[in-house]
Parts: sequence; C-alpha cells; structure tokens
Amino acid sequence: MTTENSMLSIKNIEVIYDHVILVLKGISLEVPKGGIVALLGANGAGKTTTIKSVSNILKTERGEVTKGSIEFESQRVEDLSPNDLVKRGVVQVMEGRHCFEHLTVEENLLTGAYIRKDGRKAVADDLEMVYSYFPRLKVRRKSQAGYTSGGEQQMVAVGRAMMSRPKLILLDEPSMGLAPQLVEEIFTIVRTLNQKEGVTFLLAEQNASIALRYATYGYILENGRVVMDGAATDLASNEDVKEFYLGLSGGDKKSFRDVKHYRRRKRWLA
Amino acid sequence: MSPDLLNVLEVILNGLMAGIMYSLVALGFVLIYKASGIFNYAQGVMALFAALTLVGFQTGQIPFAHVINAALGTHLDTWGPGLPTLLAIILTMGVMVLFAYVLERFVLRHMVNQAPIILFMTTIGLAYFMEGFGDLMWGADVKTMDVGLPSGGSTWLESITAGWAAEGSNYRGMYIDVLDLWAAGVAIVLVITLTLFSQYTKTGRALRAVADDHQAALTVGISLRTIWIIVWSIAGFVALVAGIMWGAKSGVQFSLSLIALKALPVLILGGFTSIPGAIVGGLIIGVGEKLFEYFIGGMIGGATENWFAYVLALFFLMFRPQGLFGERIIERV
Repeated sequence: MTTENSMLSIKNIEVIYDHVILVLKGISLEVPKGGIVALLGANGAGKTTTIKSVSNILKTERGEVTKGSIEFESQRVEDLSPNDLVKRGVVQVMEGRHCFEHLTVEENLLTGAYIRKDGRKAVADDLEMVYSYFPRLKVRRKSQAGYTSGGEQQMVAVGRAMMSRPKLILLDEPSMGLAPQLVEEIFTIVRTLNQKEGVTFLLAEQNASIALRYATYGYILENGRVVMDGAATDLASNEDVKEFYLGLSGGDKKSFRDVKHYRRRKRWLA
Repeated sequence: MSPDLLNVLEVILNGLMAGIMYSLVALGFVLIYKASGIFNYAQGVMALFAALTLVGFQTGQIPFAHVINAALGTHLDTWGPGLPTLLAIILTMGVMVLFAYVLERFVLRHMVNQAPIILFMTTIGLAYFMEGFGDLMWGADVKTMDVGLPSGGSTWLESITAGWAAEGSNYRGMYIDVLDLWAAGVAIVLVITLTLFSQYTKTGRALRAVADDHQAALTVGISLRTIWIIVWSIAGFVALVAGIMWGAKSGVQFSLSLIALKALPVLILGGFTSIPGAIVGGLIIGVGEKLFEYFIGGMIGGATENWFAYVLALFFLMFRPQGLFGERIIERV
C-alpha cells in the first residue's frame, strides 16, 4: 500500500488501560482512501480498543496510547480531542449503537451535524441524503429512538455519523444483536455509502464471513496483535482463516482427532 | 360563595404561589441533572451566592473587604453608592458564568466518567466551599434585597374577591403577596424560555444528547466541556432568579441555601429530568402542604408544612419512582 493513498495510518501503537493493563501490543495498520478495511478477531482481541484509540474516546475510559503514532491524512492525531477529530472528518459509530434514546430519530440525526458550520440548508440537504439511504428512518423520524428496533437504531447511528460529512467512519461491530438479514442490509448500505459518498470505512467485526465479503482489506487481531492481514479475498480463501474465523474446513466434518492439531495449525501465533 | 369556600380558595392560591418559589429552585437541579447526570447539591448555595453577589454590587460593597481589613488593618467598606439594579444583575450573571467556567476547568474536567456518587460528593464539597467563599467575599451579615419588585398584599385581588362572598358576611377579600405574583410571572417566562431552548435550538438538542449518552455525544463531536459550561451557566442564571425572588421575600442570609432541601420532594414528584415536572411538582407540593395544614394541621398540632412534602415524596417513590414527568426508563421488549 502506498502512503500517498493512505488516509489513516496506525504505527505500532500500544494501549494501556488504567496504567497497568496492556491491551494493544503494537498494532500497525493502514486504511487507504476510499477503502473498506475490516478488523477481525474474537472477543477481547483489541478491535474496539483500536477503534477507540483512533477516535480518542479511549481517554474517557482511562485508556492511553503509550507508544506508536496515529496519523490521519499524514497528521498526528493522538492528542486531539474527540470533537476535533470529528471536525477533521473522523467519526466513530459505537458498538451497541448508542442512540440518544429520548431524542427522536430526526433529532438524533441532527445531533450528528453539531460540529458543522455550513448552514441550515446544507444540513437539511444532508438529512434528505441520509433519508434516501435509509427510507425507513424517514417513516420513523418522529419516534423516540429508544423505541425503534435494533436494526433501525443501527441505521440511526450510521446516519448520524453521515450527518457530520465524514471522510472516515469507524464502525464498531455493526452486526451486533441483529438478524442476519438486517446485517446484510447494513453492510449493503456501508458499501453504497462507500461507493456513492466516497466515505472510507474501518470496521471492527466478529462476523468475519460477512465482513470479508464487503471489505477490501482485512486485518486479523489476536491478543492485541495483528496476526495476519491481506486483501479480503485472499483472507477469505486462506485455509486457516476459513477454519478459525469462518467456521469452514474444506467441506469435511472434522473428527476429534484432528482437533488435537488445533494449536499447531494456528501457526501464526507462535 | 360562602366565606369558608373562599378561604379554601385563598389557601390554594397561596399554595400555588409558594409552589412556584419551590419550583424556581428545583429548576436549577433539573437542568444540571438532565445534562450531566449530576445531582447538584450546591444549587441552593448557588442561589445564596448569586443573591449575595447581587446585593454586593447593588450596595457597592468591596468584595473581600473583611479579609483585606483584617490583613492590612484598613477600613474598607464600600467603594461608592452602588450600581443600578439592572447593571448589577448583568454583572452577577457574569460572575455566575465565570463560576461555571472555573468549575469546569478545575473540577468537572477531572471527573469525567466517575461514578454518580463521586460527582454528588463533589457537589457537597462545592456547596460548603461556596458557602464559605460567599461569606468571605461579602460578609456574613443578613442583607435585605431590593430589586424594585413590589411587595405587600395585592389590593386589586382583595377588592375583587371581597365582593364574592355572600351578602352580610364580613369577608374582606383574599390576601396574596404581590411579590409572589411577580415570582409566578417570572417562573412562567423562565420555563417557557428554557423549554423552547432545549427543544428547538442546536445547543439545546446537544444538551439533551449529552444527557442521554455522554460517550455517544463525544463520538458525534459534541464537546462535553462546552456543554458543561453552558449548563452550569444556565443553572447559575436560574439560581440567580431564585436568589432574587427568595432574597426579596425573606432577606439574603445563610438560610437561603436551605431552600434547596425543599426542592428535593419537588424533584421526586415532578421527576429529576423534566422542566415542566419541576413546575408541576412545586405547585402540587405548595398547594398540598397548605391545604394539609389548613384542614388537618390544626387537629394534629400544626407545623405540618415542615414534613408534609417529604411524606408525599415518599409515597411517590413507592408508586412512580421516575416522578410524574420523569423520562420513562426505556426498555424495549
């Protein structure tokens, strides 16, 4: 990947929570402009922490980037406040959606435009833009967000992020708690926003099979380290990824005797 | 109408007026609680502090005169004839905004993501600090506040209602303090303004967003620092209004800060998160305690006003813990 093309570049960061708990042990990754990059891994691998260290929400959780650097459009951003980052075009959609429950759907979307200074008209236009991608939100615009369904809340969260006119959306676990059909719908919209609005995505996802279908590039995290990375298609066809993350193993059912070889097969851990 | 019925009406009316005064204090609590989830124990002291500052400006007191005199052996007292009321009010508001800024910069900023109980303790500390600081700055003596609001009985209401009683009775009309009427008017304007502000402006929406979810608000680029300064400034403004009204009614002195305690049952009734709730809660408490005193107080030895509100609040906690207008605790099934 060339650096001119790079929008976000994380170099060897280490994150420590509460001054003692080492969560990320030197992660490096590149997000190219216009790409959809997936961070894959199990619970506790460090996906969310990586995302939060970019958006700088980490500080409010007593986490700290102690080593390495994070560059957005070739400028160091580790010391910026979250709202400075949003102003620069990096917006995070949190895991578990985090809508403003007591605000209506439309008010939720409008809060996304909080940092904008380009006038009412532009914001109103973007509101229509979001509604055009999520027609269901337009129907429910007057309902309190807390009473909408999980899928609708995820749409609100993504739509709200779009309202800040971002260059990069950090999407944390968009599939969480959603029915497979809805997950597919959300990912389709991510791809559409990527293609039509030119938004770059860095998404953390446990559901590797769907993430690799929509992403262009993927990183696999384990225990706070990147253990493998590659183009999404390459990862999807990699035997190890298939077995450990996609739940496939060449079609044949495994016998317990083969499972014994589990450790040896996960060779990149060594 | 019989004089008895008119008496009850008068009690209700006075209850409503007393209720409005409670609501003024409760409002300040609601604002801060909504925006930051902090129960601001210092709200009453803020009202006292605002009132002290206002009187200080009005009468031309030199701040910290006692301290300076004690340290340097001087005899400073006032620097002149004082400022006109309006200017003094504006300056006091400036002081409250400054206070909000300093508080955010030196206290709240370091308290992000702490447990609510820790924030609550912080405000207790703040209350005692401000109490002492106010004394130090303006002296501990009882002051009278005169902002030009009329007071005394309303002859207008008295003459109207005097005619309502049946012929031949010696009913002389209702008594109501004009100051209370003013307080009611001010409270109504204040609530309408605040509601419009929080519902229809961008900042108001951001305030509500922060109230719902701190972290999500951060992710969409709302700066918590700015929001907190705004909220505490507004709470300072409400404290100033409450301080003026209560100060004009009963003098500016330490006991002014205790009205905060009266706001607690109001909040429990109306809900901690609702501006209209603070008003309605105040009215119910005001009318409730006056009626209770009128009908039942005499039978059980009087002075029921001291505890009635708290008992009522206790009942409410059992049946509707979020209060009449509190935000419903949203649970999707």
